[in-house]
Amino acid sequence: MTLLTTGLGAHIRSASIRGKVKGGENSARSILFLVILWLSLFVSFGVLLTLIITTLIDGADRLDARLITEFPSSAPERAGLRPAILGSIWVIGVTAVLTIPLGVAAAIHLEEFADRKKWINRVIELNVQNLAAVPSIVYGLLALGFLALLGVQNKNIVIGGALALGLLVLPVIIISTREALRSVPVEIRQGSLALGATPLQTVWRQTLPASVPGIATGAILGLSRALGEAAPLLVLGALVFVSFDPNGLLSGYTTMPIQIFNWTSRPQAELHELASAASILLLGILIAMNGLAIFIRNRYQQRW
Amino acid sequence: MTSDSRSASYSTNAEIKPALHVTPQHGHRGGLLPELPKPILECSDVNVYYSDFRAVTGVDLVFGQNEITAMIGPSGCGKSTLLRSLNRMNDLIVGARVEGSVTFQSEDIYAKEVDAIEVRRRIGMVFQKPNPFPKSIYDNIAYGPRVIGMKASNMDDLVEEALTRAALWGEVKDKLKQSAFGLSGGQQQRLCIARTIAVKPDVILMDEPCSSLDPIATSKIEDLMFELREDYTIVIVTHNMQQAARVADRTAFFTALASEDTGDRTGVLVEFDKTQKIFESPSDQRTEDYISGRFG
Repeated sequence: MTLLTTGLGAHIRSASIRGKVKGGENSARSILFLVILWLSLFVSFGVLLTLIITTLIDGADRLDARLITEFPSSAPERAGLRPAILGSIWVIGVTAVLTIPLGVAAAIHLEEFADRKKWINRVIELNVQNLAAVPSIVYGLLALGFLALLGVQNKNIVIGGALALGLLVLPVIIISTREALRSVPVEIRQGSLALGATPLQTVWRQTLPASVPGIATGAILGLSRALGEAAPLLVLGALVFVSFDPNGLLSGYTTMPIQIFNWTSRPQAELHELASAASILLLGILIAMNGLAIFIRNRYQQRW
Repeated sequence: MTSDSRSASYSTNAEIKPALHVTPQHGHRGGLLPELPKPILECSDVNVYYSDFRAVTGVDLVFGQNEITAMIGPSGCGKSTLLRSLNRMNDLIVGARVEGSVTFQSEDIYAKEVDAIEVRRRIGMVFQKPNPFPKSIYDNIAYGPRVIGMKASNMDDLVEEALTRAALWGEVKDKLKQSAFGLSGGQQQRLCIARTIAVKPDVILMDEPCSSLDPIATSKIEDLMFELREDYTIVIVTHNMQQAARVADRTAFFTALASEDTGDRTGVLVEFDKTQKIFESPSDQRTEDYISGRFG
């Protein structure tokens, strides 16, 4: 007992845990800091909310079945998005078919087979990273040049748009696939190889299946970005009046963002209203796609 | 526990097993162990490099058929590196290279006309951390036979056989379709052993297979090793000297030596002998220091 009342023991007994700590939870500095945080959040979120709400108010009246079923028309009350929706589906669908296999294959090569020490592979890697940051209009110009080189006269065709958007989406898919492949532990590959599986069997039966949720998430996010793009398609001449359903790879088309752009650039207020309604629809589709991506990630992602 | 779950078809060595279980050091075959191992896998003057770094230097070692050989030694002595060079798992590491010769049934496994994939089919490996595939228990076992194109007339039988041999059948027979991730660590490790057995290799390499397991799971794996010894050759790397003393017929002691000119450390084989000899009367002072806990 004597030990406790001397030295350290005495110190411990005298100290109380009551009282305020300088700079603690309720101090002026902490509160100010919190207020700043709230303000920043409010500015970013508030702007978005305002935009959505005003668009909703503007377009609510035209958010009806006609929007989906009708063709565009100079008479606003009879105009709709039908060919633009179908055009978007066509272009994005073809983009997906073109880029997902290509992107996944490229990622598999870079991640599983390429010798990372070779300079060529490093250059490729660096380029893929950079390609993801290239402005989308550049891809439009690239596709335009490519089609011109092939001697294609009418460049407003589904496959042309898909080509431009594919270039845009490809780096995103490669990067997300590589990340998904990388998240598969090396022990799984070793376990497979130690059983006498070939490297190809290991990729095909272990690494790739385990990466599918990550790949799907990345692909959906990439495609949803492409769905909202207008610039590369404008370059390719998609700003046209389409009064028919696109029906093939060589069909003419327009897409939802371009139809929206088209309507907002007209003087009639009714067409602006229509553009707002179309924006809401596009926003809804994008949110649904991103939601699906998040759902796949949370539901199916393998936890190691 | 292991004998309950064994199926009738695997009782060929049942009369040996109880005897193994009663003596405290049931792993040792005492006088039954031949003076020299009957070679199945041999290293002669093996050097293993990682780029310029020499991890293992000048190892001569013979692994005896149907024996358990333990490789012990302090961290960094190259025992895991050597183990991985025995079935060419080192090929997967960029810059890794093996000099000298490693022969399996008198054939050089690093020869040009030998495919590493075939080597790994004959010489399986169980890893430090249980690494079940993200598949069902059944598919974990069936994976190996499927990828190597084994002609199994009945996959169900093959799966049952492998799980039975790994003393896991009784615990998992009602949940074969469930994910292997739902098993305990010890069960997962036995699943990995079962998976290795399913492709019917000749040699099983084990890289510290019990280091992440509790003592009960460890003792199950050790029991399993005695049973497997009847049909397989086992090489085990372990940090646990008691484990080596318990399970191994022969033990190889490695240490790390610092090179005189560069100061780089490299792994060398100090002594290789019957386990009893290594632990009771080692001929090298360094071995004695290590096993008596004076260094490492």
